[in-house]
Amino acid sequence: MGQVTQKYDVLVVGGGNAALCAAISARRAGASVLVLEAAPKFYRGGNTRHTRNMRCAHDAATDTLSGPYPEDEFWDDLSRVTEGHTDEALARLMISQSKEILDWMPQQGVRFQPSLGGTLSLGRTNSFFLGGGRAMLNTLYRTAESLRVAIQYEAEVIDLELDAGMFLSATVRRGEERSTVRAATLVAAAGGFEANIEWLKTYWGEAADNFLIRGSPYNRGTLLRLLLDRGVGEIGDPTQCHAVAIDARAPRFDGGIITRLDCVIFGIVVNKHAQRFYDEGEDIWPKRYAIWGRLVAAQPDQIAYMVFDASVLTLFMPSLYPPVQAASMRELAEKLGLDPAALETTVGRFNAAVRPGTFDHSILDDCRTDGIDPPKSHWARRIERAPFYAYPVRPGITFTYLGTRVNREARMLMRDGRPAANMFAAGEIMAGNVLGRGYAAGIGMTIGSVFGRIAGREAAAHARN
Amino acid sequence: MPATDRAGTRGDVVHLTPALAEADRLMTVCNACRYCEGLCAVFPAMEMRRAFPDGDLNYLAHLCHACGACYYDCQFAPPHEFDVNVPKIFAIVRAESYSAYAWPRAFAPLFERNGLVIASAAALSVAAFIAAFVAWHDPAVLFGVHKGPGAFYRLMPHGAMAALFGAAFLYAIAAIAMGARMFWRDSAGARGPRAGAAEFWRAITDTCTLRYLDGGGVGCFNDDERPRDARRLHHHLTFYGFMLCFAATCVATLYHYGLGRQAPYAWYDLPVVLGTVGGLGLLIGPIGLLAAKWRRDPALADEPRYDMDAAFIAMLFLASLSGLALLLLRETAAMGFLLALHLGVVFGFFVTLPYGRFVHGIYRFLALVRYATERRAFEDAGEIDATPTISTGQGGTRP
Repeated sequence: MGQVTQKYDVLVVGGGNAALCAAISARRAGASVLVLEAAPKFYRGGNTRHTRNMRCAHDAATDTLSGPYPEDEFWDDLSRVTEGHTDEALARLMISQSKEILDWMPQQGVRFQPSLGGTLSLGRTNSFFLGGGRAMLNTLYRTAESLRVAIQYEAEVIDLELDAGMFLSATVRRGEERSTVRAATLVAAAGGFEANIEWLKTYWGEAADNFLIRGSPYNRGTLLRLLLDRGVGEIGDPTQCHAVAIDARAPRFDGGIITRLDCVIFGIVVNKHAQRFYDEGEDIWPKRYAIWGRLVAAQPDQIAYMVFDASVLTLFMPSLYPPVQAASMRELAEKLGLDPAALETTVGRFNAAVRPGTFDHSILDDCRTDGIDPPKSHWARRIERAPFYAYPVRPGITFTYLGTRVNREARMLMRDGRPAANMFAAGEIMAGNVLGRGYAAGIGMTIGSVFGRIAGREAAAHARN
Repeated sequence: MPATDRAGTRGDVVHLTPALAEADRLMTVCNACRYCEGLCAVFPAMEMRRAFPDGDLNYLAHLCHACGACYYDCQFAPPHEFDVNVPKIFAIVRAESYSAYAWPRAFAPLFERNGLVIASAAALSVAAFIAAFVAWHDPAVLFGVHKGPGAFYRLMPHGAMAALFGAAFLYAIAAIAMGARMFWRDSAGARGPRAGAAEFWRAITDTCTLRYLDGGGVGCFNDDERPRDARRLHHHLTFYGFMLCFAATCVATLYHYGLGRQAPYAWYDLPVVLGTVGGLGLLIGPIGLLAAKWRRDPALADEPRYDMDAAFIAMLFLASLSGLALLLLRETAAMGFLLALHLGVVFGFFVTLPYGRFVHGIYRFLALVRYATERRAFEDAGEIDATPTISTGQGGTRP
């Protein structure tokens, strides 16, 4: 064991939006603050690096928001996407406090902009960070540094010393070096465990080897595991994660948002046996976007292929990797490594089942199939105009739902329900309290900022006493 | 199926240079992300396209003002494997495009080892002016003291001076215009929507305010991830200093031909006031720009072309310094030498104008005209928030 460093009022473990909001808020309340970020400086901030907006309630349009988003509407949206898997009191607290965040973030230097091109549907509800999540993160770091918040990178907390719900010290690994950090309070803001493949395997088995992790490889859940093992109450389904279908050619980690493919509705999706397995026209974005990761995870070898033709190539956002292209369906199958006869049969049967209709991808239109299983309920058009295209897709894991239970002060609750003496949590590590299932764009940043700010304030108040 | 293709690479497009191929790859990556849309004009212009032929890449590269914001804001910047560094690649593409559009073609190599070319041109023309003054006159005239109206013309007749500089200036204008024409055509400006007065006015104000040299509002990045760069101020000092000096020359020409008043003029007279104020800007601005260049984060810099930028900045600085020295010492024996120095530097500056960093201003202005025009066409079509529609010049109109 290495040296014992200076004792801080507040130790923040993590380096993303929630961690920085907590650190800034605690520091502004007069506390001395140390931030320990496990990642190197470039990769600091976990999944915040890949975000682009946050969802905050507001009563009137602003320079960057096209109209009001009342608290009740936010609550309706949240209860719908979570299908009731949310703590209403905490959720309503978060929604109410999110209003202040719209002013608080700019006070920390963060700049908002109107919604990005192609995201008009979020222009009223979501505030976009100018330059994206890393720009926002850089700003928060600059602000924290100017407030003399101490920040260490490549500093992973690998052990915690607790005494009956009371945080005493943390063991920190920096390279080969081990040290002990003491602090009056702990704010846990170190994200989920989506990048910990071994942990994912305990629920998903070997299939997890074929999962791609959309965010930072540093979200290993080390701190979450330590807290749960030391008696902190657990929330959220440990087996569940947010998964979308992303380009199979994406890197194993950190491909971010740009590996997404949102062209399911424009063609058909087949598995490695060239068989369709789900209604591609079931629902409109964002629901269809969020179910396909799970659907592909359930297919053999966790791989699928989005197949479409030249008539729709330019109807969706340009992709990071070009689609596989071929002059005929047979050739496409060969390029994809699929059985050509099987793919031709699948496409032929699909084409024969397509009924006439008026195509409109912005609504649930009347283009559908008849007589095949699974059906394609909307946007069904024959795949017949060469060249033919395909994207190989795999499950892309965004975040996990398992977390630490907290109360209105962002204070962790122990397994027996008692509040922890001096431990708080913010961000993805406690998101399961309000987001037990599903997702709504920008809500992760809202959870991080609101509970980060509360956690920092409460931790500073506790440290003073 | 390859497990991991290099992100953004298309197999189907051939580019003239590796830098253009890399620029295509980056624009493909960025077009799938679009987080930087609010920072400057480059990314909205990119979003109006799905493919990036060379001409379009040159256009986008000249829209880039090298503010650096997108590099520090990018989650995919190196060391990330996607290796996204737009400011650096666009700096290389711009530099390559200068020689690609050079007129006449035979002079394109002047952009290679540009610092040496410019320095040689300046030294040669200074030497030529000194030699000519000496050759045409008794050396005593060169080192004599001359005062009052027409003092300069005792060393070189006004007609000869006007003819020489007029010719150099006209040549520079013609060569630059030819390059600009090639750029405009290559970047599909001729095929695109027509630019009207409103679009020119928009481009002029964008140029004069350096609207896009501000990191999206927070200020430029240069040394590191902190936006505290003063390049915009120093560029303003340089640009407006240059324009004031140019105005001083124009007013003096009017005085000479219109009012029959001969230089040198009194310190309070308009040409001298304009030239002095402009000259001071041209001293401070270039120093600031050069210092910023030295401090620039190596990750952003196109280091092989460092000398091109340095040579242009140094020429502006020297033209100003020699002009101000001439003003201060014009009634001493140093006047003859300083006149030769000043005229030599300015002559060297003009003849090399089409073959140095000066052309960035022309291409960038045209890129802004084209951008304003595309924006208008886009807004007219009412599709500002839909998938962009634009003639790409490579495959017709996209929905």
